[in-house]
Amino acid sequence: MSPVQVIADTDRCIGAGQCVLTAGHLFDQDEDGIVQLLTGAVDTEGDVALARQAEHLCPAAALKIQPVAGYVAGNDATQGQRGA
Amino acid sequence: MSRPSAVGLAAGTEPLPDFPQLRQCPYQPPPGYRDLREAEGPVVRARLYDGRPTWVVLGHAVARELLIDPRLSSDWSRPDFPSPSPRRKAIQKATILVGMDPPEHSAYRRKLISAFSVRRTRELSESIHRRAGELVDTMLEQGPPAEILSGLALPLSSHTICGILGVPYEDHGYFEEQSALLVSPQVTEDDATGALMNLRTYLTGLVERKEKESEPGDGLLDTLVHRDLAEGSLSRDDVIRLGIILLMAGHETTASMITLSTFTLLQNPRQLAAFRADPAGAGLAVEELLRYLSIGDVAMRIAAEDITVGDVAIRAGDSVMLSTAEINRDAEVFDDADDLDLARGARNHFAFGYGVHQCIGQNLARAEMESALTLLFSRIPGLRLAVPAEQVEIKPAQSGVQGIYELPVAW
Repeated sequence: MSPVQVIADTDRCIGAGQCVLTAGHLFDQDEDGIVQLLTGAVDTEGDVALARQAEHLCPAAALKIQPVAGYVAGNDATQGQRGA
Repeated sequence: MSRPSAVGLAAGTEPLPDFPQLRQCPYQPPPGYRDLREAEGPVVRARLYDGRPTWVVLGHAVARELLIDPRLSSDWSRPDFPSPSPRRKAIQKATILVGMDPPEHSAYRRKLISAFSVRRTRELSESIHRRAGELVDTMLEQGPPAEILSGLALPLSSHTICGILGVPYEDHGYFEEQSALLVSPQVTEDDATGALMNLRTYLTGLVERKEKESEPGDGLLDTLVHRDLAEGSLSRDDVIRLGIILLMAGHETTASMITLSTFTLLQNPRQLAAFRADPAGAGLAVEELLRYLSIGDVAMRIAAEDITVGDVAIRAGDSVMLSTAEINRDAEVFDDADDLDLARGARNHFAFGYGVHQCIGQNLARAEMESALTLLFSRIPGLRLAVPAEQVEIKPAQSGVQGIYELPVAW
Protein backbone atom coordinates (compact mmCIF):
# COMPACT_ATOMS: atom_id res chain seq x y z
CA MET A 1 0.00 0.00 0.00
CA SER A 2 1.39 3.39 -0.98
CA PRO A 3 1.59 5.80 1.91
CA VAL A 4 -0.76 8.76 1.81
CA GLN A 5 -0.71 12.24 3.23
CA VAL A 6 -3.71 13.59 5.10
CA ILE A 7 -4.39 17.29 4.59
CA ALA A 8 -6.77 19.00 7.01
CA ASP A 9 -8.34 22.35 6.14
CA THR A 10 -8.83 23.88 9.57
CA ASP A 11 -10.80 26.78 8.09
CA ARG A 12 -13.42 24.41 6.70
CA CYS A 13 -13.56 22.21 9.83
CA ILE A 14 -16.85 22.45 11.74
CA GLY A 15 -15.77 20.32 14.69
CA ALA A 16 -18.30 17.52 14.23
CA GLY A 17 -15.67 15.03 15.43
CA GLN A 18 -16.38 12.36 12.80
CA CYS A 19 -12.65 11.95 12.08
CA VAL A 20 -11.82 11.49 15.77
CA LEU A 21 -14.58 8.90 16.10
CA THR A 22 -13.25 7.10 13.02
CA ALA A 23 -9.56 7.05 13.97
CA GLY A 24 -8.66 8.58 17.32
CA HIS A 25 -4.99 7.73 16.75
CA LEU A 26 -4.85 9.74 13.52
CA PHE A 27 -7.09 12.69 14.38
CA ASP A 28 -7.84 14.81 17.42
CA GLN A 29 -9.64 18.07 18.14
CA ASP A 30 -7.68 20.98 19.61
CA GLU A 31 -8.96 23.01 22.54
CA ASP A 32 -11.22 24.96 20.18
CA GLY A 33 -12.67 21.73 18.82
CA ILE A 34 -10.90 22.05 15.45
CA VAL A 35 -9.27 19.07 13.70
CA GLN A 36 -5.67 18.28 14.56
CA LEU A 37 -3.59 15.71 12.67
CA LEU A 38 -1.68 13.35 14.94
CA THR A 39 0.49 12.02 12.12
CA GLY A 40 1.91 13.22 8.83
CA ALA A 41 1.97 10.26 6.48
CA VAL A 42 -0.27 7.24 6.88
CA ASP A 43 1.29 4.06 5.59
CA THR A 44 -0.40 0.92 6.85
CA GLU A 45 -3.28 -0.57 4.92
CA GLY A 46 -5.60 -0.32 7.91
CA ASP A 47 -4.77 3.30 8.62
CA VAL A 48 -5.08 4.34 4.98
CA ALA A 49 -8.56 2.80 4.94
CA LEU A 50 -9.47 4.64 8.15
CA ALA A 51 -8.12 7.93 6.81
CA ARG A 52 -10.18 7.50 3.65
CA GLN A 53 -13.26 6.73 5.72
CA ALA A 54 -12.70 9.89 7.76
CA GLU A 55 -12.36 11.87 4.53
CA HIS A 56 -15.65 10.39 3.30
CA LEU A 57 -17.50 11.06 6.55
CA CYS A 58 -16.25 14.60 7.14
CA PRO A 59 -19.40 16.72 6.76
CA ALA A 60 -17.44 19.82 5.82
CA ALA A 61 -15.13 18.22 3.22
CA ALA A 62 -12.23 19.45 5.33
CA LEU A 63 -10.03 16.38 4.83
CA LYS A 64 -8.10 15.44 1.70
CA ILE A 65 -6.07 12.29 1.20
CA GLN A 66 -3.27 12.45 -1.36
CA PRO A 67 -0.23 10.39 -2.27
CA VAL A 68 2.92 11.31 -0.41
CA ALA A 69 4.84 13.68 -2.69
CA GLY A 70 7.77 12.09 -4.49
CA TYR A 71 6.93 8.56 -3.41
CA VAL A 72 7.52 5.85 -5.97
CA ALA A 73 6.48 2.35 -4.98
CA GLY A 74 9.45 0.07 -4.53
CA ASN A 75 11.97 2.88 -4.73
CA ASP A 76 13.79 2.84 -1.43
CA ALA A 77 15.52 6.11 -2.10
CA THR A 78 12.25 8.05 -2.04
CA GLN A 79 10.59 6.21 0.83
CA GLY A 80 12.60 8.32 3.21
CA GLN A 81 10.47 11.27 2.16
CA ARG A 82 7.38 9.93 3.86
CA GLY A 83 5.85 12.43 6.18
CA ALA A 84 7.85 15.27 4.72
CA MET B 1 -24.21 16.75 -21.92
CA SER B 2 -27.85 15.75 -21.93
CA ARG B 3 -30.55 18.25 -21.19
CA PRO B 4 -32.12 17.98 -17.76
CA SER B 5 -35.46 16.17 -18.00
CA ALA B 6 -36.98 18.03 -15.05
CA VAL B 7 -36.62 21.78 -15.08
CA GLY B 8 -37.98 24.15 -12.45
CA LEU B 9 -40.95 23.75 -10.17
CA ALA B 10 -44.50 24.10 -11.37
CA ALA B 11 -46.02 27.26 -9.94
CA GLY B 12 -49.56 26.26 -10.82
CA THR B 13 -52.07 23.94 -9.26
CA GLU B 14 -50.97 20.67 -10.82
CA PRO B 15 -51.58 17.82 -8.39
CA LEU B 16 -48.46 17.09 -6.40
CA PRO B 17 -47.95 14.80 -3.41
CA ASP B 18 -47.77 16.40 0.04
CA PHE B 19 -44.50 16.92 1.82
CA PRO B 20 -43.82 16.01 4.55
CA GLN B 21 -45.98 12.91 4.97
CA LEU B 22 -47.03 11.04 8.10
CA ARG B 23 -45.22 7.90 9.22
CA GLN B 24 -47.53 4.89 9.27
CA CYS B 25 -45.18 2.98 11.56
CA PRO B 26 -43.13 4.96 14.10
CA TYR B 27 -39.85 3.49 12.92
CA GLN B 28 -40.42 3.47 9.16
CA PRO B 29 -40.25 6.42 6.76
CA PRO B 30 -43.60 7.40 5.23
CA PRO B 31 -44.33 4.74 2.56
CA GLY B 32 -45.25 7.47 0.08
CA TYR B 33 -41.60 8.54 -0.15
CA ARG B 34 -40.52 5.12 -1.39
CA ASP B 35 -43.33 5.10 -3.96
CA LEU B 36 -42.22 8.51 -5.21
CA ARG B 37 -38.60 7.51 -5.39
CA GLU B 38 -39.37 4.34 -7.29
CA ALA B 39 -41.62 6.20 -9.72
CA GLU B 40 -39.60 9.37 -10.28
CA GLY B 41 -36.06 8.94 -8.98
CA PRO B 42 -34.03 10.45 -6.17
CA VAL B 43 -35.29 14.04 -6.63
CA VAL B 44 -39.05 14.50 -6.91
CA ARG B 45 -41.58 17.33 -6.86
CA ALA B 46 -44.06 17.73 -4.00
CA ARG B 47 -46.15 20.45 -2.36
CA LEU B 48 -45.71 22.05 1.07
CA TYR B 49 -48.51 22.81 3.55
CA ASP B 50 -48.83 26.36 2.24
CA GLY B 51 -49.23 25.24 -1.36
CA ARG B 52 -45.70 26.00 -2.41
CA PRO B 53 -44.10 23.43 -4.69
CA THR B 54 -40.80 21.96 -3.55
CA TRP B 55 -38.11 19.55 -4.65
CA VAL B 56 -37.76 16.60 -2.31
CA VAL B 57 -34.45 14.73 -2.22
CA LEU B 58 -34.81 11.02 -1.45
CA GLY B 59 -31.48 9.54 -2.61
CA HIS B 60 -28.19 9.35 -0.72
CA ALA B 61 -25.76 10.27 -3.52
CA VAL B 62 -27.74 13.34 -4.56
CA ALA B 63 -28.20 14.42 -0.94
CA ARG B 64 -24.47 14.13 -0.32
CA GLU B 65 -23.75 16.27 -3.36
CA LEU B 66 -26.36 18.89 -2.49
CA LEU B 67 -25.79 19.22 1.26
CA ILE B 68 -22.20 20.22 0.65
CA ASP B 69 -23.00 22.56 -2.24
CA PRO B 70 -22.63 26.22 -1.23
CA ARG B 71 -25.29 27.20 -3.79
CA LEU B 72 -27.89 25.54 -1.56
CA SER B 73 -28.67 27.99 1.22
CA SER B 74 -29.87 27.58 4.81
CA ASP B 75 -30.45 31.29 5.27
CA TRP B 76 -33.74 31.51 7.14
CA SER B 77 -33.67 35.30 7.00
CA ARG B 78 -34.51 35.14 3.29
CA PRO B 79 -38.16 36.14 2.95
CA ASP B 80 -38.72 33.34 0.43
CA PHE B 81 -37.16 30.60 2.61
CA PRO B 82 -39.50 27.59 2.55
CA SER B 83 -40.96 25.89 5.59
CA PRO B 84 -42.52 22.45 5.95
CA SER B 85 -44.99 23.62 8.63
CA PRO B 86 -46.27 26.74 10.43
CA ARG B 87 -44.43 25.83 13.61
CA ARG B 88 -41.15 25.41 11.79
CA LYS B 89 -41.71 28.87 10.38
CA ALA B 90 -42.02 30.21 13.93
CA ILE B 91 -38.79 28.47 14.94
CA GLN B 92 -37.06 29.87 11.88
CA LYS B 93 -37.84 33.37 13.10
CA ALA B 94 -36.65 32.80 16.67
CA THR B 95 -33.31 31.05 16.35
CA ILE B 96 -29.93 31.47 14.77
CA LEU B 97 -27.05 29.22 13.70
CA VAL B 98 -29.13 26.53 11.99
CA GLY B 99 -30.60 29.08 9.61
CA MET B 100 -27.40 30.72 8.44
CA ASP B 101 -24.82 30.22 5.72
CA PRO B 102 -21.04 30.44 5.98
CA PRO B 103 -19.14 32.56 6.82
CA GLU B 104 -21.68 33.94 9.32
CA HIS B 105 -22.63 30.41 10.42
CA SER B 106 -19.00 29.38 10.89
CA ALA B 107 -18.28 32.32 13.19
CA TYR B 108 -21.11 31.31 15.53
CA ARG B 109 -20.47 27.58 15.36
CA ARG B 110 -16.81 28.03 16.22
CA LYS B 111 -17.75 29.56 19.56
CA LEU B 112 -19.65 26.40 20.48
CA ILE B 113 -17.81 23.36 19.19
CA SER B 114 -15.27 22.89 21.98
CA ALA B 115 -18.17 22.26 24.38
CA PHE B 116 -19.31 19.36 22.18
CA SER B 117 -16.01 17.82 21.07
CA VAL B 118 -15.38 14.07 21.21
CA ARG B 119 -12.98 14.59 24.12
CA ARG B 120 -15.39 16.77 26.08
CA THR B 121 -18.18 14.26 25.50
CA ARG B 122 -15.99 11.42 26.75
CA GLU B 123 -15.31 13.43 29.91
CA LEU B 124 -19.06 13.72 30.42
CA SER B 125 -19.92 10.13 29.57
CA GLU B 126 -19.36 8.85 33.10
CA SER B 127 -21.80 11.31 34.63
CA ILE B 128 -24.30 10.64 31.81
CA HIS B 129 -24.03 6.92 32.53
CA ARG B 130 -24.48 7.45 36.26
CA ARG B 131 -27.53 9.63 35.72
CA ALA B 132 -29.07 7.07 33.34
CA GLY B 133 -28.48 4.37 35.96
CA GLU B 134 -30.22 6.43 38.65
CA LEU B 135 -33.23 6.96 36.40
CA VAL B 136 -33.51 3.27 35.52
CA ASP B 137 -33.22 2.36 39.22
CA THR B 138 -36.00 4.81 40.05
CA MET B 139 -38.19 3.21 37.39
CA LEU B 140 -37.52 -0.17 38.98
CA GLU B 141 -38.35 1.12 42.47
CA GLN B 142 -41.57 2.82 41.44
CA GLY B 143 -42.88 0.45 38.78
CA PRO B 144 -44.09 -1.37 36.94
CA PRO B 145 -45.57 0.31 35.00
CA ALA B 146 -43.28 3.10 33.82
CA GLU B 147 -43.11 5.51 30.91
CA ILE B 148 -39.86 5.77 28.97
CA LEU B 149 -40.00 9.38 27.74
CA SER B 150 -40.83 11.01 31.09
CA GLY B 151 -39.07 8.42 33.28
CA LEU B 152 -35.76 8.11 31.45
CA ALA B 153 -35.30 9.76 28.06
CA LEU B 154 -36.37 13.34 28.80
CA PRO B 155 -34.80 13.67 32.27
CA LEU B 156 -31.52 12.27 30.95
CA SER B 157 -31.32 14.52 27.90
CA SER B 158 -32.53 17.63 29.75
CA HIS B 159 -30.13 17.06 32.62
CA THR B 160 -27.24 16.60 30.20
CA ILE B 161 -27.87 19.70 28.10
CA CYS B 162 -28.53 21.77 31.25
CA GLY B 163 -25.12 20.75 32.56
CA ILE B 164 -23.38 21.67 29.32
CA LEU B 165 -25.12 25.00 28.89
CA GLY B 166 -25.18 26.01 32.54
CA VAL B 167 -29.00 26.09 32.71
CA PRO B 168 -30.43 25.23 36.17
CA TYR B 169 -31.95 21.75 35.93
CA GLU B 170 -34.74 22.73 38.32
CA ASP B 171 -36.20 24.78 35.44
CA HIS B 172 -36.51 21.72 33.18
CA GLY B 173 -40.29 21.38 33.60
CA TYR B 174 -40.80 24.82 32.11
CA PHE B 175 -38.59 24.58 29.05
CA GLU B 176 -39.66 21.00 28.33
CA GLU B 177 -43.29 22.10 28.38
CA GLN B 178 -42.66 25.04 26.04
CA SER B 179 -40.62 22.91 23.65
CA ALA B 180 -43.30 20.21 23.71
CA LEU B 181 -45.82 22.78 22.50
CA LEU B 182 -43.79 23.08 19.33
CA VAL B 183 -44.26 19.42 18.47
CA SER B 184 -47.77 18.74 19.74
CA PRO B 185 -50.49 18.08 17.16
CA GLN B 186 -52.76 20.92 16.03
CA VAL B 187 -50.39 23.64 17.23
CA THR B 188 -50.83 26.82 15.23
CA GLU B 189 -48.12 29.22 14.19
CA ASP B 190 -49.37 31.57 16.95
CA ASP B 191 -49.07 28.84 19.62
CA ALA B 192 -45.58 28.02 18.46
CA THR B 193 -44.62 31.68 18.41
CA GLY B 194 -45.96 32.05 21.97
CA ALA B 195 -43.96 29.08 23.23
CA LEU B 196 -40.84 30.47 21.62
CA MET B 197 -41.50 33.88 23.18
CA ASN B 198 -41.70 32.17 26.56
CA LEU B 199 -38.42 30.37 25.95
CA ARG B 200 -36.91 33.67 24.90
CA THR B 201 -38.11 35.39 28.08
CA TYR B 202 -36.68 32.54 30.14
CA LEU B 203 -33.29 32.64 28.42
CA THR B 204 -33.19 36.44 28.63
CA GLY B 205 -33.59 36.28 32.40
CA LEU B 206 -30.96 33.58 32.68
CA VAL B 207 -28.43 35.48 30.56
CA GLU B 208 -29.02 38.67 32.55
CA ARG B 209 -28.46 36.79 35.81
CA LYS B 210 -25.23 35.31 34.45
CA GLU B 211 -24.01 38.75 33.40
CA LYS B 212 -24.20 39.85 37.04
CA GLU B 213 -22.30 36.86 38.41
CA SER B 214 -18.82 37.76 39.58
CA GLU B 215 -17.74 34.12 39.57
CA PRO B 216 -18.99 32.62 36.32
CA GLY B 217 -20.16 29.00 36.22
CA ASP B 218 -18.57 26.51 33.84
CA GLY B 219 -21.44 26.11 31.38
CA LEU B 220 -21.28 27.11 27.73
CA LEU B 221 -23.70 29.99 28.30
CA ASP B 222 -21.40 31.24 31.08
CA THR B 223 -18.52 31.22 28.61
CA LEU B 224 -20.55 32.98 25.94
CA VAL B 225 -21.64 35.65 28.44
CA HIS B 226 -18.32 36.24 30.14
CA ARG B 227 -16.08 35.82 27.09
CA ASP B 228 -17.94 36.63 23.88
CA LEU B 229 -20.59 39.02 25.14
CA ALA B 230 -18.05 40.79 27.34
CA GLU B 231 -15.57 41.25 24.48
CA GLY B 232 -18.34 42.25 22.08
CA SER B 233 -18.03 39.36 19.61
CA LEU B 234 -21.61 38.29 20.43
CA SER B 235 -24.60 40.46 21.25
CA ARG B 236 -26.93 39.64 24.14
CA ASP B 237 -29.55 38.70 21.57
CA ASP B 238 -27.08 36.29 19.93
CA VAL B 239 -26.43 34.54 23.25
CA ILE B 240 -30.14 34.27 23.99
CA ARG B 241 -30.96 32.85 20.58
CA LEU B 242 -28.05 30.40 20.70
CA GLY B 243 -29.35 29.32 24.12
CA ILE B 244 -32.84 28.69 22.71
CA ILE B 245 -31.66 26.52 19.83
CA LEU B 246 -29.14 24.54 21.90
CA LEU B 247 -31.59 23.94 24.73
CA MET B 248 -34.38 22.84 22.38
CA ALA B 249 -32.23 20.76 20.07
CA GLY B 250 -30.34 19.35 23.02
CA HIS B 251 -33.19 17.73 24.86
CA GLU B 252 -36.03 16.99 22.50
CA THR B 253 -34.16 15.14 19.77
CA THR B 254 -32.19 12.81 22.00
CA ALA B 255 -35.20 12.11 24.22
CA SER B 256 -37.18 11.18 21.13
CA MET B 257 -34.38 8.90 19.88
CA ILE B 258 -34.10 7.04 23.21
CA THR B 259 -37.86 6.54 23.41
CA LEU B 260 -38.28 5.45 19.80
CA SER B 261 -35.18 3.21 19.98
CA THR B 262 -36.69 1.42 23.00
CA PHE B 263 -39.93 0.84 21.09
CA THR B 264 -38.07 -0.32 17.99
CA LEU B 265 -35.91 -2.81 19.91
CA LEU B 266 -38.95 -4.19 21.73
CA GLN B 267 -40.59 -4.72 18.33
CA ASN B 268 -37.49 -6.47 16.98
CA PRO B 269 -36.86 -9.25 19.55
CA ARG B 270 -34.05 -10.89 17.60
CA GLN B 271 -32.08 -7.63 17.38
CA LEU B 272 -32.85 -6.90 21.03
CA ALA B 273 -31.38 -10.28 22.02
CA ALA B 274 -28.25 -9.46 20.01
CA PHE B 275 -28.06 -6.05 21.68
CA ARG B 276 -28.27 -7.58 25.16
CA ALA B 277 -25.74 -10.27 24.31
CA ASP B 278 -23.07 -7.85 23.11
CA PRO B 279 -22.54 -4.84 25.38
CA ALA B 280 -19.32 -4.02 23.50
CA GLY B 281 -21.36 -3.57 20.33
CA ALA B 282 -23.58 -0.87 21.85
CA GLY B 283 -21.80 1.90 19.94
CA LEU B 284 -22.48 0.19 16.62
CA ALA B 285 -26.06 -0.48 17.67
CA VAL B 286 -26.63 3.19 18.43
CA GLU B 287 -25.24 4.13 15.01
CA GLU B 288 -27.65 1.74 13.29
CA LEU B 289 -30.61 3.02 15.32
CA LEU B 290 -29.67 6.54 14.24
CA ARG B 291 -29.68 5.48 10.59
CA TYR B 292 -32.82 3.40 10.86
CA LEU B 293 -34.98 5.88 12.77
CA SER B 294 -33.75 9.23 11.38
CA ILE B 295 -36.03 11.32 13.56
CA GLY B 296 -34.71 14.69 12.39
CA ASP B 297 -36.38 13.98 9.12
CA VAL B 298 -36.59 17.19 7.17
CA ALA B 299 -33.65 19.28 6.09
CA MET B 300 -34.82 22.56 4.56
CA ARG B 301 -32.88 24.52 1.98
CA ILE B 302 -33.38 27.08 -0.76
CA ALA B 303 -31.44 27.24 -4.00
CA ALA B 304 -29.48 30.49 -4.00
CA GLU B 305 -28.43 29.82 -7.60
CA ASP B 306 -29.39 27.43 -10.38
CA ILE B 307 -28.12 23.92 -9.62
CA THR B 308 -28.25 20.95 -11.97
CA VAL B 309 -28.12 17.65 -10.17
CA GLY B 310 -28.48 14.42 -12.13
CA ASP B 311 -31.22 15.11 -14.65
CA VAL B 312 -32.94 17.72 -12.51
CA ALA B 313 -32.47 21.47 -12.95
CA ILE B 314 -33.13 23.30 -9.71
CA ARG B 315 -33.74 27.01 -10.25
CA ALA B 316 -32.59 29.83 -7.98
CA GLY B 317 -35.34 30.43 -5.41
CA ASP B 318 -36.66 26.85 -5.52
CA SER B 319 -37.45 25.12 -2.24
CA VAL B 320 -35.38 21.97 -1.62
CA MET B 321 -36.40 19.58 1.17
CA LEU B 322 -34.44 16.46 2.05
CA SER B 323 -35.94 13.41 3.75
CA THR B 324 -33.04 11.99 5.73
CA ALA B 325 -35.20 9.02 6.76
CA GLU B 326 -35.71 7.88 3.17
CA ILE B 327 -32.15 8.83 2.21
CA ASN B 328 -30.88 6.57 5.01
CA ARG B 329 -32.79 3.65 3.48
CA ASP B 330 -31.12 4.02 0.08
CA ALA B 331 -30.49 0.47 -1.16
CA GLU B 332 -27.61 1.67 -3.34
CA VAL B 333 -25.66 2.60 -0.20
CA PHE B 334 -26.98 0.28 2.51
CA ASP B 335 -27.45 -3.46 1.90
CA ASP B 336 -30.89 -4.65 2.98
CA ALA B 337 -31.51 -1.03 3.91
CA ASP B 338 -34.92 -1.68 5.46
CA ASP B 339 -33.53 -4.26 7.88
CA LEU B 340 -32.50 -3.16 11.35
CA ASP B 341 -29.04 -4.69 11.67
CA LEU B 342 -27.34 -3.51 14.84
CA ALA B 343 -23.98 -4.90 13.74
CA ARG B 344 -24.11 -3.10 10.37
CA GLY B 345 -21.38 -0.61 11.25
CA ALA B 346 -22.44 2.02 8.69
CA ARG B 347 -21.66 5.56 9.76
CA ASN B 348 -22.32 7.25 6.43
CA HIS B 349 -25.95 7.99 7.31
CA PHE B 350 -27.42 11.48 7.47
CA ALA B 351 -29.33 11.12 10.75
CA PHE B 352 -27.37 14.13 12.01
CA GLY B 353 -27.50 15.82 8.62
CA TYR B 354 -24.50 16.43 6.40
CA GLY B 355 -22.60 19.54 5.42
CA VAL B 356 -21.67 22.44 7.67
CA HIS B 357 -24.90 22.15 9.66
CA GLN B 358 -24.31 18.58 10.79
CA CYS B 359 -25.55 18.24 14.38
CA ILE B 360 -23.17 19.86 16.83
CA GLY B 361 -24.40 17.65 19.69
CA GLN B 362 -24.09 14.33 17.87
CA ASN B 363 -21.44 12.85 20.16
CA LEU B 364 -23.48 13.76 23.19
CA ALA B 365 -26.53 12.11 21.63
CA ARG B 366 -24.53 8.94 21.01
CA ALA B 367 -23.33 8.84 24.62
CA GLU B 368 -26.82 9.41 26.04
CA MET B 369 -28.40 6.78 23.80
CA GLU B 370 -25.73 4.22 24.59
CA SER B 371 -26.05 4.64 28.36
CA ALA B 372 -29.85 4.80 28.42
CA LEU B 373 -30.39 1.76 26.19
CA THR B 374 -27.71 -0.51 27.68
CA LEU B 375 -28.78 0.21 31.27
CA LEU B 376 -32.49 -0.04 30.51
CA PHE B 377 -32.26 -3.41 28.80
CA SER B 378 -29.64 -4.92 31.13
CA ARG B 379 -31.25 -3.87 34.41
CA ILE B 380 -34.81 -4.68 33.33
CA PRO B 381 -34.57 -8.04 31.54
CA GLY B 382 -38.33 -8.50 31.32
CA LEU B 383 -39.06 -5.07 29.80
CA ARG B 384 -42.12 -5.11 27.52
CA LEU B 385 -44.72 -2.74 26.07
CA ALA B 386 -47.59 -2.00 28.46
CA VAL B 387 -49.95 -1.14 25.61
CA PRO B 388 -50.55 -2.71 22.19
CA ALA B 389 -47.95 -1.43 19.72
CA GLU B 390 -50.60 0.03 17.44
CA GLN B 391 -51.81 2.30 20.27
CA VAL B 392 -48.45 4.06 20.48
CA GLU B 393 -49.12 7.53 19.06
CA ILE B 394 -46.92 8.84 16.26
CA LYS B 395 -45.85 12.48 16.14
CA PRO B 396 -47.26 14.45 13.21
CA ALA B 397 -45.31 14.72 9.99
CA GLN B 398 -44.82 18.46 10.42
CA SER B 399 -43.40 18.41 13.95
CA GLY B 400 -39.79 18.52 12.82
CA VAL B 401 -38.67 15.79 15.19
CA GLN B 402 -40.28 12.43 14.43
CA GLY B 403 -41.04 9.86 17.07
CA ILE B 404 -43.72 8.89 19.56
CA TYR B 405 -45.36 10.86 22.34
CA GLU B 406 -44.95 8.33 25.10
CA LEU B 407 -44.02 4.71 25.65
CA PRO B 408 -45.71 2.90 28.54
CA VAL B 409 -43.75 -0.19 29.58
CA ALA B 410 -43.96 -2.92 32.19
CA TRP B 411 -41.81 -5.91 33.24
